[in-house]
Amino acid sequence: MIEERILLSHGAGGKKSSELTERIFLKYFSDPALLDLNDMAVLELPAGRVSMSTDTYVVDPIFFPGGDIGSLAVHGTVNDVAMAGAVPVAISVAFILEEGLPLIDLERIAGSMALAAAEAGVRIVTADTKVVPRGAADKVFINTTGIGIIPDGINVSGACARIGDRILLSGTIGDHGIAIASARDGIAFKTTVKSDSAPLNWMISELITTLGKDIHVLRDPTRGGLATVLCEIASQSSVGVKIEETAIPVKEAVKGACELLGYDPLYLANEGKLVGVTAPEASGRALEIMKGSKYGQDACIIGEITGDNRQKVILKTAMGGSRLVDKLSGEMLPRIC
Amino acid sequence: MKYLDEYRDPKVAKSLVDRIHKSAFRIAQNQDGPVKIMEICGSHTVAIFRAGIKALLPDNVVLVSGPGCPVCVTAMEDMDRMIALSDSSRGNDVIVATFGDMIRVPGTKTSLEREKARGADVRIATTPLDALNWALENPQKQVVFLGVGFETTSPTIGASVLRAREAGFDNFFVYPAFKLLPPALTSLLESPDFAIDGFLCPGHVSVMLGADAYKPVAEKYGKPCVITGFEPLDILLGISVLCEQLANNTHEVKNAYGRAVTDLGNRKAMSVLHEVFQPADAPWRGLGIIPASGLAFRAKFSEFDAMKRFGLEEVKTGSEPRGCACGQVLRGVIDPVECPLFGNECTPESPVGSCMVSSEGSCAAWYRYS
Repeated sequence: MIEERILLSHGAGGKKSSELTERIFLKYFSDPALLDLNDMAVLELPAGRVSMSTDTYVVDPIFFPGGDIGSLAVHGTVNDVAMAGAVPVAISVAFILEEGLPLIDLERIAGSMALAAAEAGVRIVTADTKVVPRGAADKVFINTTGIGIIPDGINVSGACARIGDRILLSGTIGDHGIAIASARDGIAFKTTVKSDSAPLNWMISELITTLGKDIHVLRDPTRGGLATVLCEIASQSSVGVKIEETAIPVKEAVKGACELLGYDPLYLANEGKLVGVTAPEASGRALEIMKGSKYGQDACIIGEITGDNRQKVILKTAMGGSRLVDKLSGEMLPRIC
Repeated sequence: MKYLDEYRDPKVAKSLVDRIHKSAFRIAQNQDGPVKIMEICGSHTVAIFRAGIKALLPDNVVLVSGPGCPVCVTAMEDMDRMIALSDSSRGNDVIVATFGDMIRVPGTKTSLEREKARGADVRIATTPLDALNWALENPQKQVVFLGVGFETTSPTIGASVLRAREAGFDNFFVYPAFKLLPPALTSLLESPDFAIDGFLCPGHVSVMLGADAYKPVAEKYGKPCVITGFEPLDILLGISVLCEQLANNTHEVKNAYGRAVTDLGNRKAMSVLHEVFQPADAPWRGLGIIPASGLAFRAKFSEFDAMKRFGLEEVKTGSEPRGCACGQVLRGVIDPVECPLFGNECTPESPVGSCMVSSEGSCAAWYRYS
């Protein structure tokens, strides 16, 4: 049997395009707004401020331990929308497909997106497909744009950290970065680590509902890792950030891979973790809520917001010393020796 | 974690720090001013900053970074030649295979990273075996592995040459820009502005070289040497043993990395190295040419020499960037922050000198962690 692959004609807007839409996308994306097959979705939204976010996913490899580019594209945008304290409602999906992509891979990705959207409780309401000649893209790129509704009175932003606030982390760092590295050509190594890619919106909803204004900042430490997010909070809020190395959870396998490659887990990407900054009196309850979620069982308090060293992140090391934590510069590369 | 957390125990760290302070007190009674300890290795530099070790030391014990980052010491002329390999206008169909950090190092006009963005086939390898595989998979192309590194990495590259010969490869080459540690140490010790009291010797290189390799430094130059691993406790132990020697005014080679380093080193790896390569004068960034401090192909392996195969001696090269003080930083004469370019024209995002490029470079470590 000849393996079916994406052809340029699948993107030409004619019969082949319709066939692709019906055979794959409508099989997995069945929202009424999408089934209308218009060029837009018409939605009725509840009242409130809208959180909107767009992101494009170009991960290599497209299938990796713990996930794939499809679920990642849904989780990533759902989480970005939710980090404003919003309840995600709907997302759009745009595919850029490389000529030659096996149809079976596209089907696997679409199915994974549908499952991820269902778990997050968001609708996939409009979609688009383009096909580019072989070599003009790397297998598949996905753009997702999401919208969500921010409850009244909630103001969560990187600029809202206050002196005395506690910094919470919802679990171990670096899992996604190491899972991707382990599957990547040129570095490939065996590990038990799986990507942490996950929707965090339910955990965030509970935090917002229970703690309200006591949640000041929510961020997901994706590319650039925990270090970069903390630097951004320090800068946006013009405060000092003080964290404890011993309080930051890192899986043993991630630690080992980092030693091997010369990586610092603080800079590794995460796709299912959040950093929360809360009023000190709310931190205990926030921790309980995180731990009560299946995606926050390793949650912990990793530090606090200070009035010292404004716009800087200071790490107290396990040895008792301290050092500056800067943003990631460039790309992390395996060390030479 | 087994074999990791054991070397990061804060209680043990505290007892080692106490020992360092006691030795430092005795040192202060015998001499004015601080003692300067050079960590030769870039991995040590990064580990020291990451663990915040400098903040734990007494004021009269100062750590100075040395010329042990192989990326940092790669001379501009080598950089320009390696970049020239990626230039498609030379008419070569070449895959340039390199360890990661090298791609960002600027030559006089461009870098491997920029040439890659222009379409050159530059690939990051984690071992020379990756390059051998690329040579096998791409028989129509010529694969050049950029041979950068100290005794830690060069034996594996020598082994890849032996394997290439055994398998009959005619499209695999190595650009030999290797460096040898002992001649560099001798050169530093004989330079007039060098004022270091003792050395933390690199664990990885010492696994290959063996502890005895440092005996001349200790005996002829009267400088204590302590071989040290890379975990925070390894480094504190190394500093502690070194400070005890400085307090007692002794100068011996001590091995504080006994779980990995023997007196004689890895003879098998070194014999592979010497089967393929022989010592040769080599240019070092900022330090000039140091006699017998590099490696050249032995005549019987010359067909693997990228320098000869691609006529790279002819590549035009320029001088080091104006104002760049990498040389003084590498000799431990100044701290990175004393370089006029540090943090202004020269940052990790836009490096001028090689010490700011490599993640193990002393300027990059100072910039990121302090």
